[in-house]
Amino acid sequence: MAGLNKVVGSYQEALKGLSNDMTVMVGGFGLCGIPEGLIAEMVKTGVTGLTAISNNAGVDDFGLGLLLKSRQIDTMIASYVGENATFEQQMLSGELNVILTPQGTLAEKIRAGGAGIPAFFTATGYGTPVAEGKETREIDGRHYVLEPALKADFALVRAWKADTMGNLVFRKTAANFNPMMATAGKITVVEAEHIVEPGELDPDHIHTPGIYVNRIIQGSFEKRIEQRTVKA
Amino acid sequence: MALSREQLAQRVAQELQDGFYVNLGIGIPTLVANYIPEGIEVMLQSENGLLGMGEFPTEETIDADLINAGKQTVTAVDGASFFSSSESFAMIRGGHVDLTVLGAFEVDEQGSIASWMIPGKLIKGMGGAMDLVAGADNIIVTMMHADKKGNSKLLPKCELPLTGFGCIKRVLTDLAFMEIKDGAFYLLERAPGVSVEEIVSKTAGKLIVPEHVPEMNF
Repeated sequence: MAGLNKVVGSYQEALKGLSNDMTVMVGGFGLCGIPEGLIAEMVKTGVTGLTAISNNAGVDDFGLGLLLKSRQIDTMIASYVGENATFEQQMLSGELNVILTPQGTLAEKIRAGGAGIPAFFTATGYGTPVAEGKETREIDGRHYVLEPALKADFALVRAWKADTMGNLVFRKTAANFNPMMATAGKITVVEAEHIVEPGELDPDHIHTPGIYVNRIIQGSFEKRIEQRTVKA
Repeated sequence: MALSREQLAQRVAQELQDGFYVNLGIGIPTLVANYIPEGIEVMLQSENGLLGMGEFPTEETIDADLINAGKQTVTAVDGASFFSSSESFAMIRGGHVDLTVLGAFEVDEQGSIASWMIPGKLIKGMGGAMDLVAGADNIIVTMMHADKKGNSKLLPKCELPLTGFGCIKRVLTDLAFMEIKDGAFYLLERAPGVSVEEIVSKTAGKLIVPEHVPEMNF
């Protein structure tokens, strides 16, 4: 690495500094837009006691499901358990601490974390288990819950295109949580499908400016599909 | 006859208006997209970051980067846009979506809804449902009126953990279309061939029945 060139040559280098008990954000919705290679590398490092922040936990044998299976995650902050049987079973047995968070609140907590806002009020979850133990306030006749922001030691993000300075473009619904997470990591690592030279991306079309990004690695992706549906 | 899944979707589709932006939940609500009335233009929002959801792709056009909130592969219509999850929920929480349709386990006479977990049995997680019910003014809940044993799912008070408190105003079940106001269910329409007596017997919450209850039209 030199100057503002943030490209690293190996996955080991991409996750350098990751250690036990850290908090890690991982982009993706289901299996769409997940940083596949970085997740695989996390499994290899063998770090344990992780707090993982991600909308879902992949499926049993792919995505974050791999880290659940290897019991490297202690606490999972997510909105949906969904179709991951390992997740549901570890949650019901109490082995895994799960903080279920409404999807929009989760997205905004991460956005706030990256934007230097410590907490915000939202009507989402008022009067439900999600609001238990949290400060509430009535504003103009409506009830709101105070939700603290989220940050992470590492944010692992998948982008479609990155230039070497870390300017990012996402593709279709693979964007999902990736843009906010890119802003909320102490160290933000991007696994990109394509890495290009500065100037090749139109500045008008950049979704995430390079200031948020620390490391970039060239990925290769399986892009597994969870619910393959085609027109009859 | 109780409504089929398709008829539930068809009845909801009658509530669509030209120019609406609509979020359809997983399950029966998704089927509403098949019954958009002719001559009406609506845009479907999928909370994972798509406004302008189209039909399912073909084997040739399938794209792993283009899915809906149910994680199914979809397409995007002309005029569609993609965005982040925080932008998506700004639309939802900010009240910009004209109609939200979602399923539920239970709804009560105060308009509270339970849809995301059954303690000790099933934990799906709330996904975007808590944001959707808190952010939208115009919500239709589609659900079964009673369980297989005949126990009502329209209650005086929800027994399961809530998804939202006092936020539901309209419920369509396989038996009836109802409005919720002033702490009661108001019977608006009944499914073709379903008697008012059956609806009354399967509604545990307070139910107001007007003199004349029209049958749904399809």
